[in-house]
Amino acid sequence: MNLVLHVWRQPGAAAEGRFVRYDANDVSPDMSFLELLDVVNEGLIAKKEEPIAFDHDCREGICGACGMVINGRPHGPQRATTACQLHLRHFQDGDEIWVEPWRARAFPVIKDLAVDRGAFDRIIQAGGFITARTGSAPDANAIPVPKRDADLAMDAAACIGCGACVAACPNASAMLFVAAKVSHLGLLPQGQPERYDRVVKMVDRMDQEGFGACTNHGECMRACPKEISIDFIARLNRDYLKAAVGPQPSAVSKVERGFG
Amino acid sequence: MELVSRVPGGPIEKSWDAHRFEMKLVNPSNKRKHHIIVVGSGLAGASAAASLAELGYRVSCFCFQDSPRRAHSIAAQGGINAAKNYQNDGDSVWRLFYDTVKGGDFRSRESNVYRLAQISVNIIDQCAAQGIPFAREYGGLLANRSFGGAQVSRTFYARGQTGQQLLLGAYQALEKQIGLGQVAMYPRAEMLDLVLVDGRARGIVVRDLVTGKVSSHAGDAVVLATGGYSNAYFLSTNAKGCNVTATWRAHRRGAAFANPCFTQIHPTCIPAHGEHQSKLTLMSESLRNDGRIWVPRQKGDRRRPNEIADAERDYYLERMYPSFGNLVPRDVASRRAKDMCDDGFGVGEGGAGVYLDFRDAIGRLGRHVVEERYGNLFEMYERITGENPYQVPMRIYPAPHYTMGGLWVDYNLMSTIPGLHVIGEANFSDHGANRLGASALMQGLADGYFILPYTIGDYLAQAKLAAVDPGHAAFRQVEEDVAGRVKKLLAVGGSRSVDSFHRELGRLLWDKCGMSRNAAGLKEAMEKVRALRERFWKDVYVAGKGEDFNQSLEKAGRVADFFEFAELMCHDALHREESCGAHFREEYQTPDGEARRDDAKFSYVAAWEFTGAGNAPVLHREPLAFEHVHLAQRSYK
Repeated sequence: MNLVLHVWRQPGAAAEGRFVRYDANDVSPDMSFLELLDVVNEGLIAKKEEPIAFDHDCREGICGACGMVINGRPHGPQRATTACQLHLRHFQDGDEIWVEPWRARAFPVIKDLAVDRGAFDRIIQAGGFITARTGSAPDANAIPVPKRDADLAMDAAACIGCGACVAACPNASAMLFVAAKVSHLGLLPQGQPERYDRVVKMVDRMDQEGFGACTNHGECMRACPKEISIDFIARLNRDYLKAAVGPQPSAVSKVERGFG
Repeated sequence: MELVSRVPGGPIEKSWDAHRFEMKLVNPSNKRKHHIIVVGSGLAGASAAASLAELGYRVSCFCFQDSPRRAHSIAAQGGINAAKNYQNDGDSVWRLFYDTVKGGDFRSRESNVYRLAQISVNIIDQCAAQGIPFAREYGGLLANRSFGGAQVSRTFYARGQTGQQLLLGAYQALEKQIGLGQVAMYPRAEMLDLVLVDGRARGIVVRDLVTGKVSSHAGDAVVLATGGYSNAYFLSTNAKGCNVTATWRAHRRGAAFANPCFTQIHPTCIPAHGEHQSKLTLMSESLRNDGRIWVPRQKGDRRRPNEIADAERDYYLERMYPSFGNLVPRDVASRRAKDMCDDGFGVGEGGAGVYLDFRDAIGRLGRHVVEERYGNLFEMYERITGENPYQVPMRIYPAPHYTMGGLWVDYNLMSTIPGLHVIGEANFSDHGANRLGASALMQGLADGYFILPYTIGDYLAQAKLAAVDPGHAAFRQVEEDVAGRVKKLLAVGGSRSVDSFHRELGRLLWDKCGMSRNAAGLKEAMEKVRALRERFWKDVYVAGKGEDFNQSLEKAGRVADFFEFAELMCHDALHREESCGAHFREEYQTPDGEARRDDAKFSYVAAWEFTGAGNAPVLHREPLAFEHVHLAQRSYK
């Protein structure tokens, strides 16, 4: 099949970017979208031009490295699929395809389609963990976890941190990413001691990083390659509200903990 | 070079405890004076960096990915073994130890494997405490499954994403320490060389992959957790960035490389298609618990699988290995699949595939149970192939997946360079000639959470280290070497892309040093590798500049090192005149085609010393003694 690509080329963070047209002829419908970019790049190298920069690593939809907006949709048209797992059989011969980086203030472009997602790591640093020093754990079966809770926690924990939710959101909010981690850890008994501190710290950090606010568009959930539900955002909001105004499930008062 | 294994004596079940007691400790107030460099942020690297930081050491951690959370451990699917015996089915530390030594075909160190089996139980506790959402029973306790080659259910799992969840646990522990300022994290930074001062590992030279800046980092010890080298084959299940550069550069600086020919070929991968395939995708071998593997009885049968009646199917693993059936170890399952395809029974494009069929499992358990167990794998398969495995059998074929070989380490996980520690897949230590399923995650976390944090203290407490900073002449020299190599790659200005060379190298290795090897083929491969390497240095074209985000340049450096490494891999495969585990030499097999070991001659670890570019590597042998698991021909019949 033959495809026409319009790919965003931007030499560096401070440089101007623009779309450049590339013709990809005689490509196989069994190729993945990143293999299509490989082929285009081989053609550019043969002409001694610079290949298109894009992040990728596992190419099986789990590492979260790849991410690009394909025809206006993060990771492209197929439901629950990362760009590396999107195959050309989902396009028609002769299609024109527009390829862009994630666009969000908190994800500055490094080059072409590669962006800096360090803000996600910094949100995790703020509180996206359960403090459990190596060696201090009780027997794993000492704390039973209802299967339903464990399953729901796993649904949230499936987030791959790719940033599609941010790219899809009209406000460039990271709410789905944060909610997934808050919910994963907050649903488990091991996550209770830090539960309310965690949500406040992570949301504060998200705001500082320049992500927008959530106004319930739901675009994030549709773009998410792991189909993480916005129900988790509701869960985050409940915890955040409780942390701000409700009685704390701790013997120490809010004031003593230096909160609020 | 002398190999001192530091294996403790005494009864094996007490040796780790005794060794821990004998090791020197670093005073808590002195720990912050020590700076440790950790390269790699997968299960081994992230767990080590976090644990060392918790102890109070100052840590710098480097990864080439844009975030430590993306290390390739994330792609492990099936699970992690632990001798918890929660299922009351007869498991024990001894049994896990026994299975691992036997599964490794008697080419691993007993003492290391025993320690691994002991620690396995602590790992599960640690991970549950971190909030890893392991699969659970309705009563809330942990669920287990049996996994590739094990006759007990000792594998803990988080759907088909166990590696992801374990890595996120370690990553979150690491991020906490970064937030506290105890770890300095350097993402998008690639280690390009090791720096020795007075014969000890004292730092690394890295290239910032965004700016291209080459810089030095000095410390009191260096830990490599940089994974395996399956990407030497170009097509493998490893992530595209996985490479041998860190371990190869350390080897060139004096670290012995052990058993490089022990490369594992995983039996259940999605077959390759076309010429543009960029990597292979593995599907968890947990699929073999319920799927049945078969080929048509008639050669070249091109009918659709569902039109082939049971009587016309050859369930060859069940036929040849009645007691293990579809659950034989990886090396056996892979070789038999290759035999079937080589003999003309293969299915799909090019006849390079066998069926993995869930028809009977769906009939017996119902579709919903199969969906619950393997749903995400089935979806992944359908996404890649466009075929629905609930309706037609999957097609699978073996692919390079894991490397048991790696830098030689002693019982303390230290290489032959004092101060250079190597953990996880990057070392050679625990899996012998073949790794059992669900053991890689176990080893990575054992090394990182529970072994290295003790043993590195023993080194630091005794090494009298002078203060060293990146201004030292040794660092300047290595920085110049690195900058020179970068410049040289950019200056070739030939006509072929890096990938085209890598593909050619990979095909050569797969044909001659892949699932089965022979002397003539290996000699031919070594000559061809040399010739191809020369062409690479004359004709490669690396686009762009050094002082920039330049992915062609990154790849070029890695492929240049694969070229050097490939020759050592073939050399090792040629010298080992026996078949064991994943290393199958066609000249050494039993009449029914099983691997024939030669314990009299080859019961040792082959540790190779680098003696200069173009010179033959020098072999050092670490003899292996089997006092607890008696040497036996593996039999899965």
